[in-house]
Amino acid sequence: MIDILVLAEIDGEAISPATLEAITAARALDGTIHLLLCGSSMDAEAVAEVAGQFGVETVHVAENEVLDVFSPEAWGQALELAIDEISPDVVLASGTSKGNEVLAHAAARLDLPFVANCTQLTADLADHEVALTRIQWGGSLLEEALLTADTRIVSIAHHALEAEPLGTDVADIEAIEMDIDQLYARTHVVGREMAEAGVTLATAPIVFGGGRGVGSAEAFAPLEELAQLLGGRVGCSRAVTNNGWRPHRDQVGQTGTRIAPELYVASGISGAIQHWVGAMASKKILAINTDPEANMVVKADYFVEGDLHKVLPAVIDEIKSRRT
Amino acid sequence: MIDFPSTANVVVIGAGIVGNCLVGHLSDLGWTDIVQIDKGPLPNPGGSTGHASNFIFPVDHNKEMALLGVQSANQYRDLGLSVDSGGIEVARTEERMAEFNRRMTSAMAWGVEAQLLTPAQVKELVPFINENVILGGFYCPTVSVVDSLETGTQMRKKAQEAGNLSVFANTMVTDLLTENSHVPGQKKITGVVTDKGTIMANTVVIATGCWSNQTANLAGAYIPLVPAVHQMADVGPMDILAETNNEIGYPIVRDMDTFCYERQSSGSMEVGSYAHRPILHHPDEIPSNEEAALSPTEMPFTPDDFDQQMEEAIELMDMLGDAEIKYAINGLLSLTPDAMPCLGEIPEVRNLWAASAVWVKEGPGMAQVVAEWMTYGYPRVIDAHASDIARFYEQEKSDDHIWARAEEHFNKTYGIVHPSEQWEGRRNLQVSPYFSRQEALGAEFFSARTWERPQWYNSNADLVERYGLSEREVEWDNRWWSPITLGEHLNLRENAGMVDLSAFQVYELSGPGAVAYAEYLAVNKVDKPVGSSVYTPWLTPDGGFHSDLTMMRTAEDTVRIVTGVFDGGRDSFWIKKHMPETGVTFKDITLETTTLGVWGPNAPAVVGALTDHDLSQEGSPYGSLRNVELQTASGPIKATLFRISYVGDTGWEIYTAWDNGPALWDALMEAGAEHGLRPTGGGVYGTSGRLEKGYRLMGAELESEYSPVEAGLARPMVKAADFIGKEAYLKAREDGPAAKMCTFTVEDNTDSQGRKRYMQGGNEPIMTVAGERIVDSHGRVSRVCTAGPGPSVGKHLLLGYLPADMVEVGADFKVMYMNELFPIKVAAIEGSVFDPDDTRLKG
Amino acid sequence: MRVLCCVKRVPAPGAKINITADGQDVDSAHLGFAMSPHEECAVEEAVQLADRFEGNSTVLTLGAPEAEEQLRYAASLGVQSAVLLSTDGSPWDPQRTARAIASAVQTLEADDGPFDLILFGNESADSGGFQVGVRVAHALGRPMVNAIKGIEPDLGAGMVTAKREIDGGFEVYKLPLPAVMGVKEGLNLPRYPTMKGRLASKKVEVGVIEAEGEVGGQRRVRLIQPPAQESNTVKLGEGIEAAPAIVDLFDELGLL
Repeated sequence: MIDILVLAEIDGEAISPATLEAITAARALDGTIHLLLCGSSMDAEAVAEVAGQFGVETVHVAENEVLDVFSPEAWGQALELAIDEISPDVVLASGTSKGNEVLAHAAARLDLPFVANCTQLTADLADHEVALTRIQWGGSLLEEALLTADTRIVSIAHHALEAEPLGTDVADIEAIEMDIDQLYARTHVVGREMAEAGVTLATAPIVFGGGRGVGSAEAFAPLEELAQLLGGRVGCSRAVTNNGWRPHRDQVGQTGTRIAPELYVASGISGAIQHWVGAMASKKILAINTDPEANMVVKADYFVEGDLHKVLPAVIDEIKSRRT
Repeated sequence: MIDFPSTANVVVIGAGIVGNCLVGHLSDLGWTDIVQIDKGPLPNPGGSTGHASNFIFPVDHNKEMALLGVQSANQYRDLGLSVDSGGIEVARTEERMAEFNRRMTSAMAWGVEAQLLTPAQVKELVPFINENVILGGFYCPTVSVVDSLETGTQMRKKAQEAGNLSVFANTMVTDLLTENSHVPGQKKITGVVTDKGTIMANTVVIATGCWSNQTANLAGAYIPLVPAVHQMADVGPMDILAETNNEIGYPIVRDMDTFCYERQSSGSMEVGSYAHRPILHHPDEIPSNEEAALSPTEMPFTPDDFDQQMEEAIELMDMLGDAEIKYAINGLLSLTPDAMPCLGEIPEVRNLWAASAVWVKEGPGMAQVVAEWMTYGYPRVIDAHASDIARFYEQEKSDDHIWARAEEHFNKTYGIVHPSEQWEGRRNLQVSPYFSRQEALGAEFFSARTWERPQWYNSNADLVERYGLSEREVEWDNRWWSPITLGEHLNLRENAGMVDLSAFQVYELSGPGAVAYAEYLAVNKVDKPVGSSVYTPWLTPDGGFHSDLTMMRTAEDTVRIVTGVFDGGRDSFWIKKHMPETGVTFKDITLETTTLGVWGPNAPAVVGALTDHDLSQEGSPYGSLRNVELQTASGPIKATLFRISYVGDTGWEIYTAWDNGPALWDALMEAGAEHGLRPTGGGVYGTSGRLEKGYRLMGAELESEYSPVEAGLARPMVKAADFIGKEAYLKAREDGPAAKMCTFTVEDNTDSQGRKRYMQGGNEPIMTVAGERIVDSHGRVSRVCTAGPGPSVGKHLLLGYLPADMVEVGADFKVMYMNELFPIKVAAIEGSVFDPDDTRLKG
Repeated sequence: MRVLCCVKRVPAPGAKINITADGQDVDSAHLGFAMSPHEECAVEEAVQLADRFEGNSTVLTLGAPEAEEQLRYAASLGVQSAVLLSTDGSPWDPQRTARAIASAVQTLEADDGPFDLILFGNESADSGGFQVGVRVAHALGRPMVNAIKGIEPDLGAGMVTAKREIDGGFEVYKLPLPAVMGVKEGLNLPRYPTMKGRLASKKVEVGVIEAEGEVGGQRRVRLIQPPAQESNTVKLGEGIEAAPAIVDLFDELGLL
């Protein structure tokens, strides 16, 4: 049996859905799963309850007040110390912004390789060398790579698989007192600036995306109205932000936000690869386009052929008439 | 969605400016069941149209390009998709200023408003220009900027609404189906295979721009063009431009001497260049729509190639330096080996048409040419022989050739190109059997498509002194010219000259139907006794000139056809196109045959030294063929003496087997030594000799826009047999000519600076004494078709058409040359200025 | 203030990325090259900071000699100096890359003094390793935060405030200088080069250092295309006629 250590990320008061994906991935390796929880700000028992359901044997709580607030450097050292302590064969996190960052810090400290955003770990893990598949170009290509290390530090690409609970077991909790360098408080989060309440692009159940075909900043009005009517958000392609029609925070894509709504309505978007990789985790995609062969259309689940400037107002009218 | 069709009357491949305008014109001309396909999406499928700079400068020295440019500009205007921004060409050199005088002359010829500007006047129109680096400008107020994508959309829409067209975008052609036609070696098109299905069609048009040759190759055909890079950068925004609140508010500036242009595009300026190194691509290297970052023909910009142009652009307009480069591409456009488009039916495959190597500026007009060609058997809007894809010889259909020629002429896009300018590279593709002898004699070779022909021989330099000749005063007039050619002319008239005519294209029709078929091609009667010949026009269905050539009855069931090297491809295709199903065999015997012409008062003595045959007008009458044996140092050789002349003195075209050529040359030179025989170049044969006799030349005086009645080539009687264009010809005879071909003498060629000037035959306008442009009732302008010296009459000579009611021997006119007017006089109409009674030929 | 930005030369792809026959690289036959979009923002930030604080900016890349094109591009935007860590162009693993850059930074700093800020793109557009900046920061012993979309130095205090985008807002960090950051697109709107900038960039001397770094533990076997997604697009209709079907779909998915 091998040992697998998973880094826990916290989302509000709970273990993050991305971490549950990483734990689900860890189960495929057929080993003992450990979860590292940095800091004591969380209710460890609540974490152990959820983690246990997903197959975690032990939740290790790294205790040091520097860890109570996120600091990539401090969390990186905590992971390094946990690796020393637990001697896992594999170290996993979800390939989120922070997951990748903390794994990179730990790997740097240990001078070990770190492979980000894997979709598959295929080879016999008893072997010194591990074959894996990871995403490149934000997901438009895959790379098969070999990882040579005693401790294999790997992140699991976010949305590469669905998190699935296993049973009702509750994980054990073990506290580890950690000697964390106080210097690392220098990269503490010292504050938050939250935007207005409401759904965000990343969490909205429906996103109305507009591309070059929308034509101008003003022409986004029907998309705005639809988003408001259905409790969604407006997104856009890189061409749109480059033209200054929308702020960058609305950009869906490799260098913007990656979305995963129930439905992505892509209007006037041709579907360049950079945009597609930001939208491909959507559960369903509806493309509205004049070109039936546009990349976005071909990849979509649903398609309406037509001019978005005519179709969207008609959809607004239809919604309003059904609601009255 | 409409089901993908399995048949169509015609499939047009390509939805760029050409394909789109073509379907519109075809629909207008009555075509139905047209299917148009493109591999890319609409309205911009990703070809060159999508990134075109979309402006039209209507002045070009070439008639076809100029008039189709104007015609196209008017089609855009009629759709309301054009803005007359005006345009200014600016000069940084004196040479360019002289060129502007030439452009003023061409502007007059085509009826385009134009004026020369001082630097200060340029600055009034373009306030942000640095007037200190320019010497002046050439301003055309009717330069226009067009919306080529919307034009294409509307043309398609028109045909769709008429119910004549279905369009399929995102449809890739994967194969073209052909089968053998009844002409050996020629196929015919039967269908188009696409990734959506197969469409059977008897007519297919390739309008796939950069990809045209790749498409043609699917049918085993060849369209000689190469995709080439034209770099463009869009810089901005700039307040002065944005404040115009207009797509274009200032005239387009062409910085001619740096080969660049600056064209406003809303708040930005588009800087385009023809100055960078030629960057050519094989069509296989063009990415697919999916693979391309922008579009397939907007290739990644290579900034190193553009730096020099940036410096020069900033020099001309300082404000460009601080503007941001928002968009820059290596845009692809199509280049051909001779810088002319590829239009018409492709010789290798019957009913497969090319509409390729056409730019946005002439797209709608060229599309009309092809549509009319497909409909009427010939274009009506203009004579398009120079764009006819059939003009190419096999040696011109290779990547090596196209690339070399395209590399050579790319940087001449804004160049100052002399009417006689010769290619530097890819020469000697086809030489005559006398080539080494000619080289030894210091021949100055001019190329005629693939063939090399001596224009004059430097070994004849002594004649310059003998006849007291001199160089021309102005370098431009003297360029690609030598007074030796005058010496050769005068010597021929005094003694004799020998001309290499191997570049003649010689064909043979044989078989039981040969004579009847020959008759069907020709206006004049071919069915004459064996050993006789006829000089005859070949007409278009509308009665204009397709060709003029000689046909010889060489045997009971054999007709030999001899045509000029510039027209061989077109004529051989014409023969194949109309060939009956059975009874006629066609053979190209050009490379089996060589021809030497010997003319002059001493020609009978020279030729007589090689044969005992009776060379008198009885034994060898004018127009007759006589098979003889000629004595040479290598022994006797078989030859055919054809008594004819294109230079105005008696003599023969001597035909013999290619391999006998050198022996014949040596024998004639030896025999001619005591008779003053000199090797004589094309300067005499093609220009001065023929001009003095008023002989017409296909492609110059003879075009499809003119009839034999107008060209003065109609005979008194019309033969009974049917021939192509007969009906139209009969009508033309009945209607009488709207214009008539005349020979003019230049009465005084002294310019305002006291220099003697010599018109080049580059479409210089013929004008009234009051300086008014002359246009006939069919809208055809009077212009110089050929110009050249008349050494034996002591005057510079011009050939050109005048409206019939203005034609009178002795009438005074003017010709414009380099923006100055020179007095000229009508010297002859159907006759000639030299030996009008032909006593030297037939006496 | 001295700012260093580290960039990577990557192909600028279209809607489809082709792979070479041996699977070792992206087929760039049809492609132009650029720096990763995040790095364009790093360069823009470096130019702006050097301007505001009367400092200077340097751009560094590791790659084949052709990568000079990206250095010149940065120079055309106003970066004053350029350094090429020269390789044969074969893909370098992240550990090796980071070792070479860290060592080069030490060399550069030994000559001209320390960089107050070293900016990386959050991840490269092509290989997306998410680690070179972190490794370099660790080797240099400097604080490092990723995913930064806002930078405000306070030179008097020797501090820099950085904002990291999270779902629904930003996290704020205050780091002591010198510091290292991985930045993301959206940090600023990068300018385009001007013609004068382009011409001036040709005069910038590019310092060339032979890149050296011990090979790490990650090795490419091959690149592959992701399994083709089956196209089962259901057409709901055309034009405004399709509006009811669209709203039905919203309803079906519980979005209405």
